[in-house]
This record gives sequence, C-alpha cells and structure tokens, in this order.
Amino acid sequence: MPLYEAVRLALASIRAQKLKSFFSLVGVMIGVTFLIAVVSIVQGMNVYMTDKFAGALVGVNTFHVRQRPNIMTGDVEGEQWREWSRRPRITNEDAEFLRERVTVPARMSRQGFDQLTIRWQGREAAQIQVSTTDADYFAIKNYDIAEGRAFAPQEVQVGANVVVLGFELAKKLFDGRDPLGEMISVGGLPHRVIGVVAEQGTLFGISLDKFAVVPITSPVRRLVNRPRVIDDFTIQTDDIPQMREAMDEVTALMRARRGLKPGEENNFYLETAEGALAGWEKISAILFLALPGLVAISLVVGGIVIMNIMLMSVSERTSEIGVRKALGAKRSDIMAQFVVESATLSVVGALFGIGAGLLLAMAVAAFTPLPAAVAPWSIGVGVGLGILVGMVAGIMPARQASRLDPVAAMRQE
Amino acid sequence: MSASVIRLEGITREYQMGGERIRALAGIDLEIDRNEYVAIMGPSGSGKSTMMNTLGCLDTPTSGRYWLNGHEVSRMVDDDLARVRNREIGFVFQTFNLLPRASALANVELPLVYAGTSTRERRRRAEEALTRVGLGARMHHRPNELSGGQRQRVAIARALVNRPSILLADEPTGNLDSATSVEIMRVFGELQAEGQTVILVTHEPDIAEHAHRVVVLRDGRIETDRAVARPTLAAAVA
Repeated sequence: MPLYEAVRLALASIRAQKLKSFFSLVGVMIGVTFLIAVVSIVQGMNVYMTDKFAGALVGVNTFHVRQRPNIMTGDVEGEQWREWSRRPRITNEDAEFLRERVTVPARMSRQGFDQLTIRWQGREAAQIQVSTTDADYFAIKNYDIAEGRAFAPQEVQVGANVVVLGFELAKKLFDGRDPLGEMISVGGLPHRVIGVVAEQGTLFGISLDKFAVVPITSPVRRLVNRPRVIDDFTIQTDDIPQMREAMDEVTALMRARRGLKPGEENNFYLETAEGALAGWEKISAILFLALPGLVAISLVVGGIVIMNIMLMSVSERTSEIGVRKALGAKRSDIMAQFVVESATLSVVGALFGIGAGLLLAMAVAAFTPLPAAVAPWSIGVGVGLGILVGMVAGIMPARQASRLDPVAAMRQE
Repeated sequence: MSASVIRLEGITREYQMGGERIRALAGIDLEIDRNEYVAIMGPSGSGKSTMMNTLGCLDTPTSGRYWLNGHEVSRMVDDDLARVRNREIGFVFQTFNLLPRASALANVELPLVYAGTSTRERRRRAEEALTRVGLGARMHHRPNELSGGQRQRVAIARALVNRPSILLADEPTGNLDSATSVEIMRVFGELQAEGQTVILVTHEPDIAEHAHRVVVLRDGRIETDRAVARPTLAAAVA
C-alpha cells in the first residue's frame, strides 16, 4: 500500500474521532510546544545578549581596563571578591601612561560612575547613573545627540560644570520644557545642561535613558572617586583584530607598569563584550543541556499515550483488520497502516505544538522583557520528533494488529 | 495441473481446544471446475465453516493438499496467502463486513488498494463493479445509509472487483429477509451465468437449491455430493 494511501487513511480516522485524537495528541503537543518556546526564548536571549546587552553595556570593538569586572552574569565566590578588592585601583596616571604608549589607533576615555540624585526646581530624580568621562565617551558609546551638543575636550580640560542628560531623565525632569541652558543639581553641585542623548530604549525592561554624563574633571568627580582614581579606562578600536592587538599591548604595558613578574596573575581586568557574555553563555548552555531532558520526558509520556490509543484502536477495529486481511492485506500493509496512523497522529500533535510554542514565544516576547526569536531548525526538529515518537509508539500496536488471524478477527464485533 | 479451479486431496484440519483435539475436517477430497455453482451444506459442527476458511485461504489445513487454479496453496505462508486471497478469491460474508466509515466506492476499491492498482484504474473498476450490481447511483453512500440488500450488493461488488477465480459466499442471505434474499441469489445466478465460479456455504436448503451441485458435510467428511435437478432460473425467481 503506498504511503499516501496510509496517510489518507490515518487522517480520515483522526477526523472520525476528533476528541479522542486530540487527547492522545496532548503529550506530544506539550513536548514540542516546550521545545519551540524554550529554543525561541534562548535564541532570542542570545541575539539580545549579543546585540544589545554586550553592545549597549560594553560597546562594539571596545574593551575596558578595570580593577575588576563590571558586568557579571554568573555567581562570584567570596574569595574572588576579596582578591578583586585587594587590587590597586586604575588611576589617571595609568590612563595617561596607556594613552601615550598604545600604538593601535583607538578612541580612549576615562570613566567614573556613581548613583547620584539630580534635582531641578523642586523636581528630583534619585539613583541616577552619573558618568564622569572624557569627550570621546560619546563617540565610543555611539550616542546620538538629540538636542544641544556633547561636551568638548576643552571643557574636560577646564573642568566645566556641564552635563549631558539621558532621554528619559530629561523628560522626567523637564517634562517637555527645553532643558538646554538650565542649571540642575548633580549630587548637590550645579551643572548646566548642554545636551540630551537620543533615546536608547530598554534592556530587560530597564530604561537605558536614565543617566547623566559630566566631564571627568567636573566638580562631581569628588563625589564619584577619590582624587586621581578612575573606575574604567575605555578603549575602542576600528575592528576586532585591532582590539585584540590593543588588548595585548595594554596587558603588557600594565604588567610592566605594575612590575608583575612572569607567572603572576594580572591585577587588573580587561572587560570585553565576549567576557561579559561568558556567564550568559554558561546559562544558555545549561538551558540547552536541560532542554532535551524536558522535551524527552513529555515526548515519552506523549508516546505512551499514543501507544495506548493505538492499542485501543487496534482492538476496536479488530473486525476491520480481519476484513482487510481477508481482502488481501499483507502483514506489512496492516503494519504500515497503523504505524503511519500513529505517526500522523503524532505529527498532527507536533504541528499543534509548534503553533502553541510559537504563540507562547510571541506572548513571552510581547508581555515580558524577555525577547524571543524563532529558530527554524527547532521547527524541523519538532516535526521530526513527532514522526519518530509516533512511529516508535505505533510499532507495538501495529505488530499486534498485523498478526491477527483474519477468521478470528472477523468474528469479533 | 488440472482443469479444476479447486482440487482438495485428503484435507484435514485439527484444532486444539482445552486439551481436546477437535477434527473439524477429517479427510476431504473435492474438485470444483471452472464456472461451477456449488453449495456446501451441513448442520452446525459439520465442518462447514472450516471448509469455507480453507477454501478461502484464510486457514491452512493440518494435512492434505489444496490446489487453487493450479497453484498449491496448502503449503503457503501468511503473505503469500494474502496475495492469493487478494487475486483469486472474492468473499461475500453473512454480516457483509463492510468498513463502516468508508463509502460504497471506497469499500469496493479496497482489494485493489492492496493489489497496488493505480488510483484512476481503481476508481474505474470499482464504479464498474458497483454498476454491475445495480448500485451505480449509490456509490458515495456509506454502509449505514444503505439497506441490507444494498450492503450485500456492495460486498458482492467488492468481491468481484479483482476478477477472482472463485466467488466464495458464506451464508450470504443469512441476515436478509426472504424477498431481498431472492434478489441477492439472482445476482449470484447471473454472475454464474456470465462465467463466474460460485461457491455458497449455507445451511438453508432453499438457498442451496440455487446451486447446480450440493456438497453436504457431516462430521468433517463429505456425506453426499450431488447435482441438483435443475429448476429453471425463471422458476426459482418466481
């Protein structure tokens, strides 16, 4: 019997018993739903983490010379924390030293960070990320200026008390009014607003537009760090190979400057997007490892359900099988009929599962900050697993059916 | 190789039933020629059903030899028997045994599906067979939308569609009223007149009277094997 006959037969008997078929599909459906949804979400996270998280927080072709990592996506041992804290801080002199000696063409900017309260005419925004930076910071961060301008190197030189605001912060403080030229209090110190950065959007639902940037020499610096100390020296090159070269240079220079012997660990940290993602990669690897287990459990359950349904179907249709055999169906024909029916049942379940998985992924993307991106391969895997589970589940019932004695089978009603 | 469609030599069939050995057929010798119209009769327990199953290649004899259309089928295994049933035998059962969810047409096409006939050829031959039994207008009805007589006609069409060597009918009128029985028996008569070999298995003497030869079984043996004094077909119908 040709395959399409068997599939047609299977679809007809699924149609004939819609409700029963639906229940028998639920197991496979859940398994595949799971597969599609989890893969989509992990995949979405991957894209998101690489593009936005690393891009927004670390920067493209950028690395940061730091005392210790800024972005950590995994657990950190107490011992590690203590070791990080014992390290010497990065200073203005380190930055100057590197700026003079690094040969790879690069943009560089010192940075300090703190959370400060910003006020304007009785309005207040607490816990605002204030960065003290060099003028190149805006280019490194790829910030477009929506209004006004960024500060110039001259303003950094003289320690001008000027500030550039993030989009959301400007909106919150000024509520539609023109912020340019207004004096605001940054941690209690007066600064003149000279620019607003274009909207950056959100990361995991957290606004990337609640920040203020001031020259690293502005009066605020005293609130942020002790004299001469900086949190971060950022270096951005034109491409990844140059970045690697610059990192090698910086490592050598810093080791020499700090008098580290060969074999001694670096007592500074070079943070890259890749490094920041290491923790996430660990999480996604675990998710991808756990996924087959989760999917397998529901598919095994689904397979068992289908097997039972098929056994029931064989015993309900004993007389039909007898007639078919009397009319010339070979064992293999009966076998094929039930295996294909089982596989078809399971594939229909898998298709429902794919639909439900996609809806779930879309719902997650729409209603939570988690992103989702459908991986086409997961749909293929879903259908493939559906066929496999159905066939395996169908073998036993189909064998039973194929071995029925036609005379005895036909006698049964 | 003989001219007979069916040749049985010393056929026995024994069953094991609760430690007891039951001899359903105890040595049958029988020849049936092409285009014969034979009724196999006998009381219950005479071995009639076993005989029918053996002739229909649904069951293999314990000993003895069976040639169907020149091929020895008594030594064949499962799948070969399935092929023989498909090509050589057309079954008509007492309970019709149609697939309830399939249309008359699909039911009639079934043997051709297993014969591997192409879709178009299948459709053509099934329509032809249904038309032949007078159901040309009911091809797309399901069995539950048809009367008993019509169902049995569908079953006959299904039995004929593969152009079998023998038409094997097991109590074909057992579930039908007498008027419908007459109709169905007329169809068998016509088919036989067209050259079909017909074997009826029945316990009803008046049904057996339609045949040209009556074989009576008792205790697994042939008790009598006689030609029927031929009443004309017209007389039987009237």
